[in-house]
Amino acid sequence: MDTESTHSGYSFHSSRSGRSNRHGERSRERHKASSSKDSSRSERSVVINPPDTPSQNSPVQNGEPLPGEPAPPTPEHGEDAQDDNWGETTTAVTGTSELSLSQEEVVGLRKSPEDRVRQCRRYLPLVLGLCMGLLVLATPLAFLVLPAMLWPDRLQACGTACEGLFLSISFKLLILLLAVWALFLRPAPAGLPRVCVYRAFLTTLTLLLTMSYWLFYGVRILDAQDEDYHGIAQFSVSLVDSLLFVHYLAVVLLELRQLQPCYSVCVIRSTDGETRHYNMGQLSIQRAALSILEFYYRDFPLHNPALLSASKHRTAKQMAGLKVYNVDAFKNRLRTYLLDSSAPGNTAGAQPPNGNQSRAMVAAAAKRRDSTHNELYYEEADHERRIRKRRARLVVAVEEAFTHVRRMKKEDERASPSDIMDVREAALAIFPSMARALQKYLRATRRQHCHSMESIQKHLAFCLVNNMSPKAFLEAYLAPGPTLQYGPERWMADQWTLVSEASVTSGLKEGADILLRCLDFSLAVTVKGIPFIQMSEEFVDPKSHKFTLLLQSETSV
Amino acid sequence: MSYIPGQPVTAVVQRIEICKLRQGEHLILGFSIGGGIDQDPGQNPYSEDKSDKGIYVTRITPKGPAGVAGLKTGDKIMQVNGWDMTMVTHDQARKRLTKKNEDVVRLLVTRRSLEDAVKHSMSGYPKQ
Repeated sequence: MDTESTHSGYSFHSSRSGRSNRHGERSRERHKASSSKDSSRSERSVVINPPDTPSQNSPVQNGEPLPGEPAPPTPEHGEDAQDDNWGETTTAVTGTSELSLSQEEVVGLRKSPEDRVRQCRRYLPLVLGLCMGLLVLATPLAFLVLPAMLWPDRLQACGTACEGLFLSISFKLLILLLAVWALFLRPAPAGLPRVCVYRAFLTTLTLLLTMSYWLFYGVRILDAQDEDYHGIAQFSVSLVDSLLFVHYLAVVLLELRQLQPCYSVCVIRSTDGETRHYNMGQLSIQRAALSILEFYYRDFPLHNPALLSASKHRTAKQMAGLKVYNVDAFKNRLRTYLLDSSAPGNTAGAQPPNGNQSRAMVAAAAKRRDSTHNELYYEEADHERRIRKRRARLVVAVEEAFTHVRRMKKEDERASPSDIMDVREAALAIFPSMARALQKYLRATRRQHCHSMESIQKHLAFCLVNNMSPKAFLEAYLAPGPTLQYGPERWMADQWTLVSEASVTSGLKEGADILLRCLDFSLAVTVKGIPFIQMSEEFVDPKSHKFTLLLQSETSV
Repeated sequence: MSYIPGQPVTAVVQRIEICKLRQGEHLILGFSIGGGIDQDPGQNPYSEDKSDKGIYVTRITPKGPAGVAGLKTGDKIMQVNGWDMTMVTHDQARKRLTKKNEDVVRLLVTRRSLEDAVKHSMSGYPKQ
């Protein structure tokens, strides 16, 4: 079936608390299996196959409930009433828990908590990084300042070496802060289902380090009111050094480890079979999925549902009008009828017209099946020819349009000011002559919904400003570009679900196949390891290249 | 017609006598030779064993002296006037065939059909 709504145990928001879980579910308007957070996750996916109604996609995409629906916490009977089996195969978590709301309240706050939650999740790493940065900045300074504040009279004077340590602390702190800013203080590029293990480990390590230093400081220095300021300064310098080493560890774990390619992943889009191959390093599955999605937006051409309906129509036509007859049952009935009846004359009349009919229908169905590929062939040939004709007309129209406009030269300055236009006006002036041909071409290739008139005019202005040829202008419309090139409203893919048999924080392994599902299609990812290459060397002396000439000459005598 | 190094070569040969024809100041025989120990034996189209570096007849002018005398293309020349031709360079072979002071060359040539004919005639006799 082409549209399926499936949810496995790990939905998009599964790692958060139940609060966001509820909001996330409400936004999806579909039934979900209960999200489990146990460590051994086997994939359980529930398939509900509603009948083929394209209108189902739009309400879910916007996330808005259909008008006139019952309150979302209760299951939607309107959509799924046609599927009789859903009651047996789903475990639905409805929203009727301790918090039950009326519909208006739900609709009213449906968007805002989700947005707020999403914003929180986006900036949480940034906030965390800032807090850690401040802690890291404050601690060594506090170590140095506190003795001077608490027991200044008993403190030994700071000698030359001690002041040298001040210098070193200040520069190391500066370097550390710059490094923390570079690595950690960035808004998260994506919201992943689970916390990154390395980041959690590094945060824990830093906190542990700082806490243990504070503990030591508190017990040995504050309580004992140590007077050796040189020692205290050296203690602070050692803290800053340790923090710098932890930052080095962070760079190695978070950035460097995944650079060396280890696996080759093959990504196939489920609707039209577009395939790409990428090399990945050692990543966790969720990070690998994230980079695959980034590659998806860059490399895969825009998903076009209009191109997919042709094969469905073909199979529908094939199956239509065929009826299945149970010939054996009919034969049995006929036999009993013949054996029971005593009149022999009836047998001729009772020759199964239905049997003949059914045989004829089967033969006709077989013949029709044979002719479907014929139809496909000729239909495709016609389509190709039509597209090529329209393309030829389009190319000619665009070339002609481009000849009418050229950049203003020095001598044109004396021309009448009404002829001098800026880019937008020039684009608007030559656009009508090619608009019709472009529209017809886009309609033939079923891509007219990807380009609006404003976008075409903007692109035309851009090409005129940069002195591009008509062919350069046309390239954007002749082939579908990468998904990212079009605005977000055309992607049809902004919320992704990662379906995986292994835990998503475990590393990528050979054979760890994952599925990246969005509403209209899914990306199937298979992982293969890059083979271990054993290379040996052979030294060739450049003087060893010697040749002889072999002839076969013929002499006449 | 293949040979084993170190062993004597045996072959069924035909004796052909060619009288040279005087054309202007040249004495011609009317055929072309190919092969030799300094040549590439793999390119010889007439040899059965592609490592055979002997001298082969590659072309014959039909009405020339050689054609009239019965030489055929693909013949391997074993001897010329008593001189061996199985282990000579291409140039030596040419020189031995085009000596200016000889009017007649007596060749010993061998070909596959000779061997086959002898074999057939020998197999006709029952073993005794």
